Amino acid sequence: MSATQPDSAAFLALNLDSEAVLKRFVQADGWQTRYREIMLLGKQLPKLDESLKVASAQVKGCESTVWLYHRQIDQQHYFVADSDARIVKGLIALLLIACHGKTAEQIQAFDLNQFFETLGLAGQLSPSRTNGLLAVAQTIQSVAI
Amino acid sequence: MQLLALRAQFPALEQTLDGYPLCYLDTAATSQKPQSVLDAMADFYRYDNANVHRAAHQLSARSTAKYEAVRDKVQAFVNAQRREEIIFTHGTTEAINQVAWGLNQKLDSNSVILVDTAAHHANIVPWQQLAQRTGAKVIAIPLADDGRIDQQAYQALVAQSPSIVAINHVSNVLGTVNPVQAMVAQAKAAGALTLVDGAQAVAHKRVDMQEIDCDFYVFSGHKMYGPTGVGILYGRYQQLDTLTPLLTGGEMIEQVSFDGTSFNTLPNRLEAGTPAIAEVIGLGAAIDYIANLPQAATQKREAELVNYLQTQLQQLGGITLYAAHNDNCGAVAFNLNGEHHQDVGILLDQQGVAIRCGHHCAMPLMHSLQISGCCRASIGVYTSHEDIDRFIEALSSVKAMLID
Ligand SMILES: Cc1ncc(COP(=O)(O)O)c(C=O)c1O
Repeated sequence: MSATQPDSAAFLALNLDSEAVLKRFVQADGWQTRYREIMLLGKQLPKLDESLKVASAQVKGCESTVWLYHRQIDQQHYFVADSDARIVKGLIALLLIACHGKTAEQIQAFDLNQFFETLGLAGQLSPSRTNGLLAVAQTIQSVAI
Repeated sequence: MQLLALRAQFPALEQTLDGYPLCYLDTAATSQKPQSVLDAMADFYRYDNANVHRAAHQLSARSTAKYEAVRDKVQAFVNAQRREEIIFTHGTTEAINQVAWGLNQKLDSNSVILVDTAAHHANIVPWQQLAQRTGAKVIAIPLADDGRIDQQAYQALVAQSPSIVAINHVSNVLGTVNPVQAMVAQAKAAGALTLVDGAQAVAHKRVDMQEIDCDFYVFSGHKMYGPTGVGILYGRYQQLDTLTPLLTGGEMIEQVSFDGTSFNTLPNRLEAGTPAIAEVIGLGAAIDYIANLPQAATQKREAELVNYLQTQLQQLGGITLYAAHNDNCGAVAFNLNGEHHQDVGILLDQQGVAIRCGHHCAMPLMHSLQISGCCRASIGVYTSHEDIDRFIEALSSVKAMLID
């Protein structure tokens, strides 16, 4: 990952109320509700400073552009991420609910498929999807070691 | 009513996705297949399966006859002068690679290759590779502001005596139609070989090799109601006959010994290995299918559908259309202003609407339009006005969701 990084404050700023979010997803009926939630969630991820939207921070394999920064503080792994597409940004926020501020063991043990299945979003992970969610998840799991 | 009967021949169209009936507007990526094509392939495996050109037995004679009969069909379909000018490939991509590889000996560091800015990557990358091998230079033919080829710039480039000119017949993204006949004539007058990529043309237009007069014309079966895994390289006999084969091995030889090998004559010399026999048979059925459509009426209806798509999108508002001319063919490219094409695609998919969103294997075109990607809706013989109405309705709800 690139030499310039967001500062520690940016890594620690993200605070998603995971329980409330997950509950809303499980209760959501219909695609409209589910995708509205995803996009609202994406809006909660802070916008990445333009100067940090650099090629070296891009996750390859996404049709939309995704930037991802990682920092380990003590035993915890923190992430800053952004995308130019709303749904992907929301899906990444969901990933971060599961991985942000967690230990390497927790992140490695995280069952991506099961997580998205519970949320009613299993289809979003299939390799035929160009949203790149799988690539982002793989990157997160490969840096959090 | 007629259209209902026609649609009934395409079994894949009769399905629902999460309760929404499929609205298939991605024919430019690959078309759906009529029952006659599915049957022809299944029947081949069920009754006639044997390798071609090899065995003395009756089954092989039958499969060879059916396979070679498709060559005649393709010859008639594109009005080629000789059946040997029709080479079966795996698709457009392989066909262009064969031509580009085959010209290794004919180019050097002084050579220039002109390539359509709107070309599919399959009609760009093989030329770049050829340029790397030979030291030749690839120059992009620029587009004018209206998204069509800048004909003045083209003429100036042709004046540089290029060795090869490679262009679209129809753009897979924009649906724009190049004036191929005039462009080929100019290239030819300058001494260039010409390749026209007809992948997006053959399902919608009658193409005539004597009229277009290009040296090479290529297309894929799967975009013209036929199967994947088969495509056509048409080439003028003298040009094909001097191409270095891309693939070598069985079927394409005359004599093999460890002292040396001599190649077979056309078409075999460019068809190494066991071909995709069932797919070729399927392609034959697809050509029959197209030939049996009322040609003038079908073209008129398809042109109307493209115009209907363009005007409905325009009326929805908040949409940017790219190079939307009323003589476009098959496809309409657009973006929802301020929104990412991928978001639009995902939300349409939730409603059973299948379109393609992305760079469409045409990154230089995206660059020229100064966009990272776009949405493309494309039509086929089975597309109805209702499909387009449903698409517009779904897009309208996407718009409401994204811009609230
Ligand atoms: C204009 C054009 N050229 C080439 C291709 C490549 O065709 P295929 O993938 O069948 O080889 C396509 C299809 O995607 C196309 O639309």
